[in-house]
Amino acid sequence: MIKREWIHAWLLLLPALVLLFGFTHIPAVQTFIDSFWSTPRGRRPSTFVGWDNYARMTADPVFLRVMTNNLIYAAITIPASIAISLWMALFVHRRIMGLGFLRMAYFTPTVLPLIAVANIWLFFYLPGFGLFDQIRGLFGLRPVNWIGQPSTALYSITAVTVWNQAGFFMIFFLAALQTIPENLREAAALEGTSRWTFFWRVTWPLIMPTTLFVSVNATINAFRMVDHVFVMTQGGPNNASALLLYYIYDQGFRFWDTAYAATLTVVMVVILAIIGIGQFFLLDRRVHYR
Amino acid sequence: MAMNAMTSIDEQIAIAAAGLRLEGVRKAYDTAVALDNVTIDIPAGAFTVLLGPSGCGKSTLLRLIAGLDRPTSGKILLGGNDITRKPPAERDLSMVFQSYALFPHLTVAENIIFGLRVRRVDKAERWERLNRVARMMGLDGLLDRRPNQLSGGQQQRVALARAVISERPVCLMDEPLSNLDAKLRAEMRVEIRDLQQRLGLTMVYVTHDQVEAMTMADHIVVMNQGRVEQVARPRELYAAPETTFCARFIGTPPMNLISARDLPAYRHLPEGSLVGVRPEDMIVDGEGVEAVVEGVEYLGADQLIAARIGAAKIIVRQPARTGAPDAKVRLSWPAEATHLFDADGRRLH
Repeated sequence: MIKREWIHAWLLLLPALVLLFGFTHIPAVQTFIDSFWSTPRGRRPSTFVGWDNYARMTADPVFLRVMTNNLIYAAITIPASIAISLWMALFVHRRIMGLGFLRMAYFTPTVLPLIAVANIWLFFYLPGFGLFDQIRGLFGLRPVNWIGQPSTALYSITAVTVWNQAGFFMIFFLAALQTIPENLREAAALEGTSRWTFFWRVTWPLIMPTTLFVSVNATINAFRMVDHVFVMTQGGPNNASALLLYYIYDQGFRFWDTAYAATLTVVMVVILAIIGIGQFFLLDRRVHYR
Repeated sequence: MAMNAMTSIDEQIAIAAAGLRLEGVRKAYDTAVALDNVTIDIPAGAFTVLLGPSGCGKSTLLRLIAGLDRPTSGKILLGGNDITRKPPAERDLSMVFQSYALFPHLTVAENIIFGLRVRRVDKAERWERLNRVARMMGLDGLLDRRPNQLSGGQQQRVALARAVISERPVCLMDEPLSNLDAKLRAEMRVEIRDLQQRLGLTMVYVTHDQVEAMTMADHIVVMNQGRVEQVARPRELYAAPETTFCARFIGTPPMNLISARDLPAYRHLPEGSLVGVRPEDMIVDGEGVEAVVEGVEYLGADQLIAARIGAAKIIVRQPARTGAPDAKVRLSWPAEATHLFDADGRRLH
């Protein structure tokens, strides 16, 4: 009888397990193993090469370039997204005219697929008659090839990311703000607390769990969101806007150097794990959970 | 010895009391009028209770006094100064909220001195005042705790301490005891009343509980549907309710109101008049008005007899040792225990 129940239990779990192992766990383990083997090519089978792939990586100037790019990209998108989304949430967390419309407007970029967003921004960035250059033209400034020159390509991509995800994070901040009882603000008002003081002494500490959650998400996104790179720059010019995941895709599916792609993937997962765990433990002590 | 310590603490918190005056205060929302032409005096250093059923406007009135809302029209004066347009912080009053409004991420000590810190009171003075108030409120050992580590009664004390430490002459309280259990509520009633008297605070206390109002208040302001029904001392309110609303609202069970038509002795009164008699003033004996007994509720010391005079349902309170009444009884009451109300519900003198 008991055995039968167990069989039923496993059968019910089976579809989920197959998907989970087939698409997550086995590939992950396989990737880790592959990073220590060479890429099979033609009649040359894969051979065990130990740390060779990792050694190659540290000497790879393009890898260093994309790592630097990705760090700059993360260093801007994470704080900028958090700051802008929190500011938007504070702005729409009150009774003002057209509140529903404003909230929707802020949230719209998130609803659009990143590919579509990238295409819209591509028009904004067009040299000469794109939105930005038309505005610059009004002031008599000369056109700029925003995504075509190495000095601005990465920052152009960065702006799109912030625009795309800030609205999403705003929803979390808005929800967090709405859990703060109104009478805390009233009690503080009776004491003569300024809006600024109230934000730093009460609101900010109380929404800290949400800020932590959002910052972890923003970090993951900084390494995960590369759709717009495909549409807008393909990592160019001269790898100026290439990010780590984009480079992995290039190596794995354009050059079919699967072993090297696996090595890069392991590095990315390790970086993400360290940052994620670090954020959690470092901030957790300063976060107030009710 | 303990008493001496108490008095010396009290002397250090010297508060100059100030009275409040509301003149023709009205608060209207888009769809409803919450307060209509409220004019009352709230004397300095006294305990004033705003009493009424939920939705009567008593909390709205308190929020207007606090400055959390603005009246549609009318004036609010504190110690003779017009504060109608002043922001809450400049009104020289403190407030205790129904949910206490403690900051969950701050310790008890930080919660209590929050206002002093915001107002940049010198650090040494801050701690001195904190120690004094904490000792007075019995919070000495709890200063490092967070609100979620405290019982309901302790949270209530922290909220009170935060109001007291501000040393402001007027303290507003919005149903502060409604989240406590019955035993604690009885204790806190005594404690709050005691605190108000020791510090000479002008207290404005909102409640829907007549027991709180009767036991704590110097003055009770009875409110109904945005209007003031009566302002009186608890004894006056019970002895001479000005309106049928007050008569029905105060007393457990409330005053019996019998249509004058049903009582031969009062048939001469105009149509719609009501005769009120407190349940404990009615006497069951051989003479008086005939009543049909419908049930008896035994309470231990007393019993409540539910009966009917004509169409009016009434309750008679009598000592339980009297025993069960007959199916039909005759009821009488002394002339001085009779309250007469006109058709509009106003007391006839």
